[in-house]
Amino acid sequence: MTTAPNPTGRANTRRSPEPMFWLLFSGGGMAAALLAPALLILFGVAIPLGWIQAPDHQHLHSVLRNPITVLVLIGLCVLALFHAAHRLRFLLQHGLRLGGARGPLAVLCYGTAAVGSVVAAYLLITA
Amino acid sequence: MADHDTIAVEVTRYRPEQESVPAPQCYRVPLRKEWTILDGLNHIKDRLDGTLSYRWSCRMGICGSCGMTVNGEPKLACSTFLTDYAPGSIRVEPMRNFPVIRDLVVDISDFMAKLPKVKPWLIRADEDEQEDGEYLQTPEEKEAYQRYSMCINCMLCYSACPVYALEPTFLGPAVIALGQRYNLDSRDQGAEDRRDVLASAEGAWACTLVGECSVACPKGVDPAGAIQRYKLTAATKSLKEFLLPRGAR
Amino acid sequence: MTASGSGLAPARPYRQPVSRLWWLRRRSYLLFALRELSCVFVAWFVAFTLMLVVAVGSGPEPYRDFLDWSARPWVIALNVIAAAFVLLHAVTWFNLAPKAMVVRLGGRPVRPAAVVAAHYLLWIVCSIIAVWVILR
Repeated sequence: MTTAPNPTGRANTRRSPEPMFWLLFSGGGMAAALLAPALLILFGVAIPLGWIQAPDHQHLHSVLRNPITVLVLIGLCVLALFHAAHRLRFLLQHGLRLGGARGPLAVLCYGTAAVGSVVAAYLLITA
Repeated sequence: MADHDTIAVEVTRYRPEQESVPAPQCYRVPLRKEWTILDGLNHIKDRLDGTLSYRWSCRMGICGSCGMTVNGEPKLACSTFLTDYAPGSIRVEPMRNFPVIRDLVVDISDFMAKLPKVKPWLIRADEDEQEDGEYLQTPEEKEAYQRYSMCINCMLCYSACPVYALEPTFLGPAVIALGQRYNLDSRDQGAEDRRDVLASAEGAWACTLVGECSVACPKGVDPAGAIQRYKLTAATKSLKEFLLPRGAR
Repeated sequence: MTASGSGLAPARPYRQPVSRLWWLRRRSYLLFALRELSCVFVAWFVAFTLMLVVAVGSGPEPYRDFLDWSARPWVIALNVIAAAFVLLHAVTWFNLAPKAMVVRLGGRPVRPAAVVAAHYLLWIVCSIIAVWVILR
């Protein structure tokens, strides 16, 4: 048995920001998964513990000034921040049962990510 | 009956006229190797305690009536064998995350209210007449949605889902998977009609991919996969609409 | 589903309480909770990376100071924990990738294991490129 489709007007879900947050979360999850382990282990564990010698400043500085590096790092930081914000939002909503404050929680989490993104972009461009 | 031929079954009893809080009651049930939890419950009701209340029907894992919590896990009573738990005792409790009406019977009205919201039927703009013949579908087209059509509405996935436990407004795994079953059916043209419900904040977006629903499902439906795929579909559609407001329809 | 009108006491459905420690009840819930918690360490990774960037951008001395700071025991300990969580994130992310993307190549669906393997391959390639660019 089939029924004809109902003509629907533009509903609220079309303008809901949830899909955008999920896409940022997905992109951030992928970016962080691909690059964070290597970078964090390198500069956070291997170099401080002396397993690997730290790169000399001049070389690192030139890498950092390369526009490709800047773009990649900005992308990584912005996406990773929104990824973390999205997960943290649901962690607080479900884990700490703050579902009642759903709206303010989302604003707090994504707002912080947005501010962090602007800071990250500024720092990376002016480095 | 010798003791080693029996097994202890602790069944949650809740009789609202008698107790205010559910409490376990222990019974000894014959340990036959082909007996399931359901056989054990039927033995209790027939021989030991006729006041026990529980749902069951087909006793072969297709009607979805006998969902329960067995030793903390969501299971169908008819598909779970006593010998899998021997010699230890078995704890049989009502399905989690649903209000308990009596003993092992839970209130499923929330699920029944949510299911029609995703319009789980074929929606077409143009209905063929019966004389025109059947709607044709290739094996590949059938494969695209087949596993999501295996749902028996047993609600074990709701029992396993922490999001549903914490936010009862969540549509839930089975309902979203059933929406997908029709969205992915080549005969269906109603994906837009389901979108408002599926892509709402209480729909797919509330899911955090715990994945326990797919673990609990006795029919291999993989609702977690259905939901993730829907998120991607809905998100890319929203993105296209945002970037090409007039073009994409 | 009430018993009203039949002379029996009205039904009082019992709402099973959800413990605040629900995520400790099953191993799979605990793994899920840890996976979600990894987001905090992803945010820390961003912060740590930006600190490194600022240090490098400020000159050789601040860079050396950053290296010394990152060698402090508590910083190393924090980064070891962070690295573990970031690895947990990566592994669970790649393993779950096939759930969201059903790829069809030439009309036949690609096996989930192949999707996962492709992700791990991409991970290795990206890591090698990153490390090579930094250390060469």
